[in-house]
Amino acid sequence: MAPALIDKSFHDFFVKRDREACTNCKACIKQCSYGVHFWDEEAKRVRHDSVKCVGCRRCEAYCPEQALLIQEKPSQFRPNHLWRPVFIKNIYKQAATGGVLLAGMGSPVDIPIYFDRLLLDASQVTNPSIDPLREPMELRTYLGEKPDRLEFVRTPEGLSVKTPLAPQLPLDVPIMFAAMSFGAINFNLHEAMAMAAEETGTMYNTGEGGLHASLYKYGKNTIVQVASGRFGVHKDYLKAGAGIEIKIGQGAKPGIGGHLPGEKINEQVSETRMIPLGSDAISPAPHHDIYSIEDLHQLIYALKEASEYKVPVSVKIAAVHNVAAIASGVVRAGADIVTVDGMRGGTGAAPAMIRDNVGIPIELALAAIDQRLRDEGIRHQASIVAAGGIRCSADAVKAIALGADAVAIGTAALLAVGCTLCGRCYTGKCPWGIATNAPELAKRQNPKTAAKKLVNLIHAWSHEIQEMLGGMGLNSIESLRGNRDKLRAVGLSSMEMEILGVKHAGR
Amino acid sequence: MEKRIIDAQGVYYRELNQQVREAAAAGTKSFEIVNVNGQRYIASALEGDIHFILRGVPGQDLAAFMRGPSIRVEGNAQDGVGNTMDEGHIAVNGMAGDVIGYAMRGGTIYVKEDVGYRVGIHMKAYKEKFPVIVAGGKAGDFLGEYMAGGAIILLGMFTGKPDAPIAGRTLGAGMHGGAIYIRGGVDERLLGPGLHAEPADQADMNLIKMHAQAFANEFALDAASILSQPFVRVKPFSHRPYGNMYVPT
Repeated sequence: MAPALIDKSFHDFFVKRDREACTNCKACIKQCSYGVHFWDEEAKRVRHDSVKCVGCRRCEAYCPEQALLIQEKPSQFRPNHLWRPVFIKNIYKQAATGGVLLAGMGSPVDIPIYFDRLLLDASQVTNPSIDPLREPMELRTYLGEKPDRLEFVRTPEGLSVKTPLAPQLPLDVPIMFAAMSFGAINFNLHEAMAMAAEETGTMYNTGEGGLHASLYKYGKNTIVQVASGRFGVHKDYLKAGAGIEIKIGQGAKPGIGGHLPGEKINEQVSETRMIPLGSDAISPAPHHDIYSIEDLHQLIYALKEASEYKVPVSVKIAAVHNVAAIASGVVRAGADIVTVDGMRGGTGAAPAMIRDNVGIPIELALAAIDQRLRDEGIRHQASIVAAGGIRCSADAVKAIALGADAVAIGTAALLAVGCTLCGRCYTGKCPWGIATNAPELAKRQNPKTAAKKLVNLIHAWSHEIQEMLGGMGLNSIESLRGNRDKLRAVGLSSMEMEILGVKHAGR
Repeated sequence: MEKRIIDAQGVYYRELNQQVREAAAAGTKSFEIVNVNGQRYIASALEGDIHFILRGVPGQDLAAFMRGPSIRVEGNAQDGVGNTMDEGHIAVNGMAGDVIGYAMRGGTIYVKEDVGYRVGIHMKAYKEKFPVIVAGGKAGDFLGEYMAGGAIILLGMFTGKPDAPIAGRTLGAGMHGGAIYIRGGVDERLLGPGLHAEPADQADMNLIKMHAQAFANEFALDAASILSQPFVRVKPFSHRPYGNMYVPT
């Protein structure tokens, strides 16, 4: 059995236990959901099996004696630039099983990160910078269709807007929580995101797994998602949120559907998705009622009819080659918001080949969409939300300067509550209690504590965004939107700068 | 409250649906809409014990997200009838287009004659909710693809396509719940990968008889002639058809 030997020998992580420090307290056994640590009755001590380790570092964090160290396994294949270890190991795994390589979280591959090659401006001497601690600084953003022009009427109380306004999503900060379904992550985190969205005046997104009845009260901070599987989608659900999102695609897996494995369908998930316990929840790759822009129009208006035109409808698409033309079609189909998810976006599960090879980076997609919609004179007909690899407030600021109205954070939100990006979300065994519905693991996330962390993150980023805006001499986020003059590139080609619509630093 | 009659001639769908919503909110329980000519989304997301008669051809997404009402269409229906419908009853006294009953979770859709492509895709069932589609004619490709629950009963009797097979290709591909019943059998080459047709058993026949009777009553047909031929059943081979497809990276 050669494959078994290969699997044993070439595992990714290596547990080092400091025997001097270890008191055999068994905390590591309790914390590890993958069975790495175990009690050896004969030897009367805790031992471990590094082969099973996924590198989540839960045991390391919870070892009271700091006796554990999780390392990448130091042994190496013979160096080879073509056959990097990941390719070799994947071939061993597939030769042993015949399986499609499955991955969790966003792509770790080395695709250019344009955010790192874009630098922000600041005022010097003229157009003085603004101090947000002492002066007003507006982060409020409204997502939705804006009118072609505004008409006013004089009333005894003053001027009043006569033009009928389309419904808007009001955001106190231009950062939302990205769509992550209940099922992919557990109820405690859905509750945490709902609470945090309410406290910070932003939105969270149900993802495609429906909305648990106990979270309807957070409706004004909720975007309800409709994906091809239509899980938990019914009239009350469609009316429960402040907005509805049609999920066409996801940055981590453009062109393919979703598949929540039966292992993660517990009673609560089953009840929210309205599907049987333990059965796979399969979302087909396309919505089978959408094969064209006209069909998309049909679903957008089906949802507007169902929600009586009271909430904006967003359409989420993955960043792919022709994304600008697609976004134009989406806007023309009647979407009030276009959410574009770049190829570095997270996922609970995606085939690794798709995740690592399909799609384009968010920065290029965003710039192309913004430019296209401007060129066509329809930019005001929809807001743009950018997602997929927003790591810090500066990324958010750069995304807005490239043309986004707001950004959505998924991976960053999970990191805020303890995720270590071990990428095994699809096993249902997440030791941090995030991507799991197993009660003994899910309880590791207290909704209130998690909400507090999310609120802290949003507050911290908001302060930073205000500082960056102030430094540029801007006092409102609106003045930054699509303002690419506030960006300069370092080390990018002319083609890249042309697409991004930015000059090189020094120009 | 008495029946509300609406003439839909030349009325844009948004206006028509607004009228219906307002009347339903004011307590109207019975509607007759005449001269229906392609207006979309009629009765969508409506709830409760409301009855509709639609004369003409209702447009796309008739009764989408509907929960409860019953609709009788005197004419043909277009695509998307009963899209993601939750509960209720739709009877089309004619034929219907593509994507009928997409992701429907409960209720019944009876179409007297032929139905188009992709009918009953991703139908579900949950607890007491058990959606059923009965088509009296023939069906296009991809009938019951991704089906996760409920039942589709295909009769092949009242059809404008006498020479066509009773169903198109790829019937039931990826189904992981529910059952598709076909009167008189089906060529197995039309079935999705891994699926087989087997004789319907007693429990299946009880369900089929119940709906055959109701279908016959609905359209003034003879239930005995519907039941005069045996039915075959296509069921999923697993409720987790893709469970063993992957290897962790």
